[in-house]
Amino acid sequence: MNFEMTDDRRMLADSLSKLLGDLYGIEHRTSMAYDAPFHDIEGWKALAELGILYAFVSEDAGGMGGGGFDLLAVFEQLGAALCPEPLLGAAMAAPLLAEAGEELEPLLSGEAIYALALDEPEAPWDAEAGATEGGDTLTGRKTAVYGGNAATHFLVSARREGKLALYEVKAEDAAVTPWGMIDGGGAAELMLDGTAARCLLPDAGPAIEQALDRGRLALCAEAVGAMDWCYATTLDYLKSRKQFGREIGKFQALQHRMVEMKTAIEQARSITIAAADRMDWRSVAMAKSLVGRVARKVSEESIQLHGGIGMTWEYPLSHYAKRLVMLDAQLGDADFHTARVAATYA
Amino acid sequence: MDLSYSPQEQAFQAEVRQFLADELPDDIAARVKAGGEVSKEDTERWHAILQSRGWLGQTWPEEHGGPGWGPVERHIFDEEAARAYAPRILPFGLQMLGPVLIKFGSDEQKAHYLPRILDGTDWWCQGYSEPGAGSDLASLKTKAVREGDEYVVNGQKTWTTLGQHADWIFCLVRTDGSGKPQEGISFLLIDMKTPGIEVRPIRLIEGGHEVNEVFFTDVRVPAENLVWKENDGWTVAKYLLTHERTGIAGVGFSIAAFERVKALAARTMRGGKRLIDDPLFAARLAEVEMDLEAMKIFNLRMLAEAQRVGHPGVETSMLKIRGTEVRQALNDLYRRALGPAAAVMPGEAPGGNAAVLAPEDEGAAASYFNNRKISIFGGSNEIQKNILTKAMLEL
Ligand SMILES: Cc1cc2nc3c(=O)[nH]c(=O)nc-3n(C[C@H](O)[C@H](O)[C@H](O)COP(=O)(O)OP(=O)(O)OC[C@H]3O[C@@H](n4cnc5c(N)ncnc54)[C@H](O)[C@@H]3O)c2cc1C
Repeated sequence: MNFEMTDDRRMLADSLSKLLGDLYGIEHRTSMAYDAPFHDIEGWKALAELGILYAFVSEDAGGMGGGGFDLLAVFEQLGAALCPEPLLGAAMAAPLLAEAGEELEPLLSGEAIYALALDEPEAPWDAEAGATEGGDTLTGRKTAVYGGNAATHFLVSARREGKLALYEVKAEDAAVTPWGMIDGGGAAELMLDGTAARCLLPDAGPAIEQALDRGRLALCAEAVGAMDWCYATTLDYLKSRKQFGREIGKFQALQHRMVEMKTAIEQARSITIAAADRMDWRSVAMAKSLVGRVARKVSEESIQLHGGIGMTWEYPLSHYAKRLVMLDAQLGDADFHTARVAATYA
Repeated sequence: MDLSYSPQEQAFQAEVRQFLADELPDDIAARVKAGGEVSKEDTERWHAILQSRGWLGQTWPEEHGGPGWGPVERHIFDEEAARAYAPRILPFGLQMLGPVLIKFGSDEQKAHYLPRILDGTDWWCQGYSEPGAGSDLASLKTKAVREGDEYVVNGQKTWTTLGQHADWIFCLVRTDGSGKPQEGISFLLIDMKTPGIEVRPIRLIEGGHEVNEVFFTDVRVPAENLVWKENDGWTVAKYLLTHERTGIAGVGFSIAAFERVKALAARTMRGGKRLIDDPLFAARLAEVEMDLEAMKIFNLRMLAEAQRVGHPGVETSMLKIRGTEVRQALNDLYRRALGPAAAVMPGEAPGGNAAVLAPEDEGAAASYFNNRKISIFGGSNEIQKNILTKAMLEL
């Protein structure tokens, strides 16, 4: 057994961490993430130049990774830096484009920004339940399209001849309404009304599920990175903040809370590693549910243990805390995935 | 045992309901329901409406313009008002300073300040906390030095809620640094327009501006603005903090929040099914309802006891803890019930048929984050547990 990252991935993670440190000081991040276009196009380009997007594509398809542990290496760093760039879309789109035999160069170079448009208002997290109609064109509405604010291309799920098909829609052909997220970064509503579209995969159900699982794993890894940051920051604070004549970290009531937090984070890290290794839907669902619950706990505890300061916009922790809570609602929340896992007992 | 309200209390409840139906402006209720910040104007309008009925100084005795309510009437009002989405009554003048002046103020102070609180002339804010003095309030450093018939104040207060609107601030200041920390504190009333005061905004986690830093540089305050005795302000501060607060559990807010989540879940579709029919979500909601039901009775038991012995017991700390936990759990369920759409930054939702969220639900995630404050302020939940430990365990 060996839980070390391979040298290649370690190097990738290190150089990514360094780049993000240079690019996304928290002040810059905050000024970018909450105002249109809700990300930093220069930052996106720099990430692409570093070759980050190659980590999402297997070597046979022209990339340099494509496995669960590649996603882990990248998204953990993105989480630790609270990066608002639309990488989730790329991580999910890459295998779909590869499966459809599409040219991957535009995605790999960062020139094309892809977003997955699967969710619908009455059927979040469940592409199969969507009502969008696909023929030569598309008609329907997609909601909460992450990275849709920045996307040049959308991969859209739709019903076609009784099957779930995958289409590509160019941003300029669609009615895109971008919106900012409360935790920073952007999304969009996509209104399709006889919209020009190209069918990439006529029978895309399983491929879409796999893409979703990659996205879910990516979010778990992002959460682990952000949770580590919150834990370390809270610990530092407990060591420096004094009340009643001593560091508040000396109060046993708070020490136990820190130990519980750390234990929960290690559980989250472990189940994320399991999911990255196995990459089957059930392992990923277990990870997404557990991580979603732990992430909220870590967010709430970090704020509480800081007292008032943790509630302020100016203190970076508040932005990590928001991200940790809100990522649960992306690609299926804890209850959604718990129910999927529980359904296998029947 | 008889858990029902007496006939008089029932009649009172009906009267409050009718009053809210007739007098609470729809536009204000809509803003409260949407979870956004309630403006200064809204608060002042609502205060004036309550005052015209004689219901504003709810904890004040009749001789000072209060309605003469006991804890049960106040509880009934709180619950009905929260259910109707009335704005909360601003506590600083009405529930904090008023009772303090009534107990500790001079006759001149009572005659001058109390009517101005009721008629809305003065908007008060609370200057207790400092950067270095949060849970450990007695370590406060803001200094007031007596010079002739004035105090000269230097230092900083922080977390001052709605201080940006305030005409006056009541402050705990250090007038003597030689003895135990609690011993050299005084309670001072300061006009916010006095030269040397600077108010700087603090932006909170969800982006709103409700708290401030207040800086004092050589601020000259007339000595007659001292309440009670010099160096005995801690007595006043403690009275204020433990002053009978029927609203501490926030039962009314939680009842309103519960009804709202239930209604939302009944009309929210998830993959062809109503969210309320999802057994997992329904079970979570049911568990909160049980806590809430228990808390209603717990709260009433405490009220009855407070009415009997004349002051609230240490159990109010339990109610504060459980009350904030229940409210936060409901905020959490509300946000979760909205699914991915809850992520919309308030004010960012595109309009028309592309609206991601109904306007009334736009503030769900923001309220969830903002309400992390309720387990921090007013004595954090950890501090409440310390109080209970000391009072109950006899270790
Ligand atoms: C939104 C908001 C509005 C506010 N409005 C006002 C206002 O209008 N006026 C005003 O004066 N103040 C106000 N406050 C301040 C509030 O009362 C303080 O935030 C509170 O007392 C906690 O102090 P602190 O923030 O300095 O945290 P700290 O006291 O530094 O506490 C940090 C953490 O340590 C814990 N802790 C501290 N001591 C102990 C101990 N002995 N044992 C175990 N745990 C401990 C705390 O519970 C907390 O988890 C407001 C605060 C907020 C967030």
